[in-house]
Amino acid sequence: MQIGSDLVNYLEALARIELTDTQREKCKSDLQDILSYIDTLNELDTSGVEPLSHSFPVTNVFHEDCVQESKDRDGLLLNAPFKKDGCFKVPKTVE
Amino acid sequence: MDICKMTALELAGKIHSKEIMIKDALDAVYKNIDKFDAEYNCYISTCREPAYRRAVEIQARIDAGEIISALAGVPVSVKDNICTKDIETTCASLMLKNFKPIYSASVIDKMEAADMILIGKLNMDEFAMGSTSETSYFGEISNPWDKGRVPGGSSGGAAASVSAQEAFLSLGSDTGGSIRQPCSFCGVTGLKPTYGSVSRYGLIAYASSLDQIGPIAKDVADCAALFEIISGKDAKDGTSMDFPKFEYPNVTNGSIKGKKIGIPADYLGRGISCDVKDAILNAKRELENLGAIVEEFAMPIVKYAIPAYYIIACAEACSNLSRYDGIKYGYSSPLAENLKDTYIKSRSEGLGMEVKRRIMLGNFVLSSGYYDSYYKKALMAKKLIQQSFFDAFTKYDILLGPVAPTTALKKGESLSDPLKMYLGDIYTVMINIAGLPAVSVPCGFDKDNLPIGMQLIGKPFDETTILQAAYVFQKATDFLKSPADLQGGLS
Repeated sequence: MQIGSDLVNYLEALARIELTDTQREKCKSDLQDILSYIDTLNELDTSGVEPLSHSFPVTNVFHEDCVQESKDRDGLLLNAPFKKDGCFKVPKTVE
Repeated sequence: MDICKMTALELAGKIHSKEIMIKDALDAVYKNIDKFDAEYNCYISTCREPAYRRAVEIQARIDAGEIISALAGVPVSVKDNICTKDIETTCASLMLKNFKPIYSASVIDKMEAADMILIGKLNMDEFAMGSTSETSYFGEISNPWDKGRVPGGSSGGAAASVSAQEAFLSLGSDTGGSIRQPCSFCGVTGLKPTYGSVSRYGLIAYASSLDQIGPIAKDVADCAALFEIISGKDAKDGTSMDFPKFEYPNVTNGSIKGKKIGIPADYLGRGISCDVKDAILNAKRELENLGAIVEEFAMPIVKYAIPAYYIIACAEACSNLSRYDGIKYGYSSPLAENLKDTYIKSRSEGLGMEVKRRIMLGNFVLSSGYYDSYYKKALMAKKLIQQSFFDAFTKYDILLGPVAPTTALKKGESLSDPLKMYLGDIYTVMINIAGLPAVSVPCGFDKDNLPIGMQLIGKPFDETTILQAAYVFQKATDFLKSPADLQGGLS
């Protein structure tokens, strides 16, 4: 797998991250090294193997539909960088 | 009487018999922190005022003769990715600098219910991503055995603080070796519990299918006592499991006579340092002397562990860390002008390079066109890796191996070469992929007098058997040293 600049730019866009030019070059070569190593996984024969997501069998967990105390609004807003009138404040989203 | 030299259980015994007041234990440990931590940087923050307040409450109950837990009154330190109500929880990142959770992790509630006292939050690799504790926004940690070396990671502060006698015991988290490897590098004991045995509620997520909280301590008995307190099913964590209650006295009453121990031969192959290999083979002989039957067996799948691990861990990380948007909590860029800018600039400025790299790698393996050949392939490898362990456990009660291929690395050696750092995780990541428990125990020293650790790997939810073996091994050997005991002591 060859990592080109286009791919790095695409990954930055997906990740909502912007690298500086120096970081981008370093990241490109690091990802190249890492993915070349990761490609050894292709040698492993996995035909007929079911992918395993959970280490141990887990089933859906149900509980009674009862009222429980939830976190209070002021508490939830405590760490918000910007807030207004009991809400999170964000930049204008519609022109 | 040097309080800080005691194990947690020794201290608890003296607190319960009122030979030591809790306040004196706090004074002693904070004194060591003040004396040594400028050098080692194990702590991101301490919480002295609430700690002393709690001490008064608990002391009053002990004085009144109330029934108390095995570790009541003992000060405990916690890795800074575990949420503590109203106490800063930073994940060693600019992104969460000043973040004060409005709730505590379940493990914190359990330790409080057991009358333990939180004394501070421990430094680590940023978002637990790293094996050297060099990626912290709050600066690197030094290994108490050699200040020019790393303490390992990502729970570097949790291991180094116990080693430097700046903590009696601590909680770390282990996603791919983050408890065991720093324990190996710092000469202390740590348990990575079975996936699902300790609640992850309130642990800031890195890779949710692999993350697990566990104890780090001076010896096996302390680890076992703390594991008893923090383990058990929790309704707040859907992946926590029901299993028979772990009871730490069983650990100190066990024997390994007749137990079958297997060493994966592929754990002693290419890449391992001679000193580490020798220490493991000496441990093998010691375990044989103690009555165990030890043999090597082939486990060729070892070579696929790192690729599978980094695909799975990074995929989950990119999803988990998408919550850092500069809006709900955490760092928000002052330079952002619109919503998309808020996301991009806050993440670009607020996260470090190793975290960005893993997020991007995760996006890659999950992106359309690559999902099947990377992510799905890794999940199939996960199945085969787990199956290899289950096959081994039809023949053996316990598996034995090194924790890391080397002893503590010099600072800066792997920071510039991430692949090199990732390869150091070869013996630990498989255990997380398979969901198994493993305990890291000191088993020797290299030619530079740096500690070497071994890990004993167990069947799911059978922490008792591996801790029993580790306990018997510690009783019979003399590797539980502190750098404070060396000539000249800590500087």
